[in-house]
Amino acid sequence: MKPGRFGAYGGRYVPETLMAALEELEHAYAEAKEDAAFQAELASLLKDFAGRPTPLYFAKRLTESLGGAKIYLKREDLLHTGAHKINNALGQGLLAKRMGKRRIIAETGAGQHGVASATVCALLGLECIVYMGEEDMRRQELNVLRMRLLGAEVRGVSSGSKTLKDAVNEALRDWVTNVRDTYYILGSALGPHPYPTMVRDFNRVIGIEAREQILEKEGRLPTAIIACVGGGSNAIGAFYQFLLDREVRLIGVEAGGRGKALGDHAARFEGGVPGVLQGTYSYVLQDENGQVSLTHSVSAGLDYATVGPEHACLHDCGRAEYVSADDAHVLEAVVKLARTEGILPALESAHAIAECMRIAPGMASHDILVVNLSGRGDKDMGILARELNIQGAQGI
Amino acid sequence: MAIQFQQHPGLVVYLTAGDAGLSNHRPGSAGGADLSLTREIALAAIDAGADVIELGVPFSDPLADGPVIQRASERALARGTRLKDVLGLAAELRAARPKAGLVIFSYLNPILRFGLAKFADAAAQAGVDGVLLTDMIVEEAAEYIAEMERVNLAPIFLAAPTSPDERLQAIAAHSKGFIYAISRTGITGKQKTLAADAAALVERIRRWSKLPVAVGFGISNADQVAEVAKFADAAVIGSAIVELIERTTLDHGEEQAPGAVARFIKGLHQPHSVQAL
Repeated sequence: MKPGRFGAYGGRYVPETLMAALEELEHAYAEAKEDAAFQAELASLLKDFAGRPTPLYFAKRLTESLGGAKIYLKREDLLHTGAHKINNALGQGLLAKRMGKRRIIAETGAGQHGVASATVCALLGLECIVYMGEEDMRRQELNVLRMRLLGAEVRGVSSGSKTLKDAVNEALRDWVTNVRDTYYILGSALGPHPYPTMVRDFNRVIGIEAREQILEKEGRLPTAIIACVGGGSNAIGAFYQFLLDREVRLIGVEAGGRGKALGDHAARFEGGVPGVLQGTYSYVLQDENGQVSLTHSVSAGLDYATVGPEHACLHDCGRAEYVSADDAHVLEAVVKLARTEGILPALESAHAIAECMRIAPGMASHDILVVNLSGRGDKDMGILARELNIQGAQGI
Repeated sequence: MAIQFQQHPGLVVYLTAGDAGLSNHRPGSAGGADLSLTREIALAAIDAGADVIELGVPFSDPLADGPVIQRASERALARGTRLKDVLGLAAELRAARPKAGLVIFSYLNPILRFGLAKFADAAAQAGVDGVLLTDMIVEEAAEYIAEMERVNLAPIFLAAPTSPDERLQAIAAHSKGFIYAISRTGITGKQKTLAADAAALVERIRRWSKLPVAVGFGISNADQVAEVAKFADAAVIGSAIVELIERTTLDHGEEQAPGAVARFIKGLHQPHSVQAL
């Protein structure tokens, strides 16, 4: 298989101007990966700055409440900046510095990757510009403020759906224009090679830790691992170390949004077909003419028309299962986890909780579910207040 | 190959197919998109001296393009323009102007969705000469090149100032028709001055290829065309014309657009003259 390919998926579909930069990045990453000093610096920052390892927490009350499988939560929400995104931002930030690039650009949907990038740039003394759709800026105002406080410039994107897809387009345009001195910290396991591989590698630590922790706590591997899938970085990070453990089910949860119609959700594996968007070949939500569809999700971080190419490969070969959770069930899941465990999950992560709530009751008590809690819900308070009030669900 | 540059420098004119500028009175009907204004403008451009027309397939996510072409794409999509409409327009232009060069300019996804082999057949049937895909690089292009060869269409690849020599060599090896040299790093759009990058890039391309080299991105006036003439075979004009169409339809109505484009193109071979824009 060619490097950067996952079965038929992945590759590089970009303007020629970016090719030299992608080759430079591929080379620099290959070197850094083998460099003990780079890995040691990354490990040290992950431990002392980001707060790794994160706990694998037995959710006793949730387990009892659902009946059925034992539920563990991998607590990526406890990381500095509030989500798994810091794993990748630290890795790429160190790489940018090593490559001598002082100007950093990033894109963000829910804002977590933007906050993580802004944080890492502040830490390493790099200039940071974050592209964010205006709709997402409205939905995630708190994270916009955080990024600005950290010294990043947040540039609103008013084209298209004004969400993540459009922010990625603008970041790519900036990179095409300023390619010689700019490093693009891409926020998920997608885009042109080497990003899907590199971002997965920086998030592999989730699955490596989870595997050791569950073996220590239970003496065996889990029945299934559940993670939400937007671009898919937290999911591929959680899944990767278990790929060869065929008895472990890998379950990715996409955004089912408000319905099955094109434009009402972001369930690429249910409603999409393979195509090329933003540099990679993967499943894309699109119309019959190849125009990329608008998407909807209550969570800005999953509201995206394509998915990381490694997930496309895992989907087609059947190694991972992909399902979706709709907005209503996701909101229910937020309340459920808050009330049973005192943990407020990000709306993204609540998709994984919703699937857990769906399948755990039908499982046996010796089954074990590990749910990757990719981020915490503080950023979503505005949306939660609005959505839960609208639905009259305060008393759930 | 019908791609021939009749004058020096040759002129390649980009049009977003299905765009009617800011005109409102030809909305796409339920029966399909109305590409008649694009047809009239293309014919006027050819008659005014354009050697090659690039028919842009509008795409929802044109990440290599600047705001002018992005707006045109959005308008064309809002009017219901599909790839098959663009191919239909190409066939009409071929029938009307047998000697003009015709190139389909697109992002990859609409072509993939249409079907690569089906597209190659349809484009050849329509009388298209070449195809340029902005997000197709030579390393990924084996199947695409094979399809183009099968129906005798020219795959036109882009070369960038950032492309190292080994990439230029591969681009030269796989290109037919002409090579499109990007004058600078960046997205499409008018620029005040033509970057010095352009001449150096064309010189490097010539080491690897005997094909004509067209320079594009940022060219908007006769002085820049004259500058391109010193080192390249043709100039590509895109955003400047799309913007001219936008402004003309807004200020004077769409019926004035073909004439305005024709005057603009005629003026491109007269450096230091007053431009239409």
